[in-house]
Amino acid sequence: MSAPGASDSAHPETWPLWEVFVRSSRGLSHVHVGSLHAPDETMAVRNARDLYTRRSEGVSIWVVPSEAITASDPDAKGAFFESPAGKNYRHATYYTASEGVKHL
Amino acid sequence: MTDDARNDSPDHGHVELTAVTLADEFVAEGGTATADTAEYALWLGDDSLVLAQRLGEWISRAPELEEDVALANIALDLLGHARSFLRYAGTASDRTEDDLAYWRDEHEFRSAHLVEQPNGDFAHTIVRQFAVSHYLYEIYERLRASADPVLSAIAGKAVKEVDYHRDHADQWMLRLALGTDESRRRLTTALDDLWPWVAELFVDEPVNDRLLDIAPRPSTLRPAFEAGIAAVLRECELEVPNGLTGAGGGRRGRHSEHLGPLLAELQVLARQHPGATW
Repeated sequence: MSAPGASDSAHPETWPLWEVFVRSSRGLSHVHVGSLHAPDETMAVRNARDLYTRRSEGVSIWVVPSEAITASDPDAKGAFFESPAGKNYRHATYYTASEGVKHL
Repeated sequence: MTDDARNDSPDHGHVELTAVTLADEFVAEGGTATADTAEYALWLGDDSLVLAQRLGEWISRAPELEEDVALANIALDLLGHARSFLRYAGTASDRTEDDLAYWRDEHEFRSAHLVEQPNGDFAHTIVRQFAVSHYLYEIYERLRASADPVLSAIAGKAVKEVDYHRDHADQWMLRLALGTDESRRRLTTALDDLWPWVAELFVDEPVNDRLLDIAPRPSTLRPAFEAGIAAVLRECELEVPNGLTGAGGGRRGRHSEHLGPLLAELQVLARQHPGATW
């Protein structure tokens, strides 16, 4: 079996971690619902079915090795996420519609 | 559960459980089973009930939390099938599903020996699931065409769930067979230990002669079963076990020493507190 988590040689007795995304119905996006352990990608999809779609929550499941996700740095919150404050011109509602433009 | 149960707790807020969701598990209402049909429904109901009880023993003990949930899900699916079959079987003798599950003694159970075999290690549980799931799939696939509308409806729902159980077992067969030396050794031991109990599943009984339009003859399920098993074992690079054959006799109420203790645990509460409700 080729397991993406097989590289986790430091803890060979522990199954690797997977992030689970479920699409609740056609037309919507897959949404992150949680994580789980599984020995490989095939079993991860099955475990996700058992853990996260028990109450008819989904029509599609994605799983991604947790270690494949690159996340933003929580300590960089200021530099990353506070810059938009005060920049109201980035919102459509900042602008007033011109009287001459119809059907807007 | 007969009444709506409500619980307003300051810790958990308003919790409401309704009887409606549990009733959903019954796929077909109405109709009274004949004595022969009821006998056959007991085979299916008892196989599912006993296996569900066995799988329930894994809860909180499985190798990983995720597998714990997977085995419990399968057990609950089987319990749902058992409820439908036992309820229908009970219509022939004016008994409820609970009468049949809790108040019959060991010799009145019609389950096969395979489902009562102990869980053993994880490999034993998977081999038992592998054989039973492939067997049940072939039954339900055929039973959908039954002239009995209730059996046909139960089979129509059960076949989808058993299809998943089959896939779960196949996936683990592959991983145990091709995983490590230790997992392969345990898997081959489990195959040798459990395969003697497979033959009994395909033995025709006199009742089958009287149910020709109602239920598939067990012996006619064997070719499809063997083809499915062989395909997976080929991928596992394993041979189909070809050794001893167990005594069998479960359909006539003759069981191994394993069923009694299982039933004692299953039935003790109902028998100590008759009529108890939640």
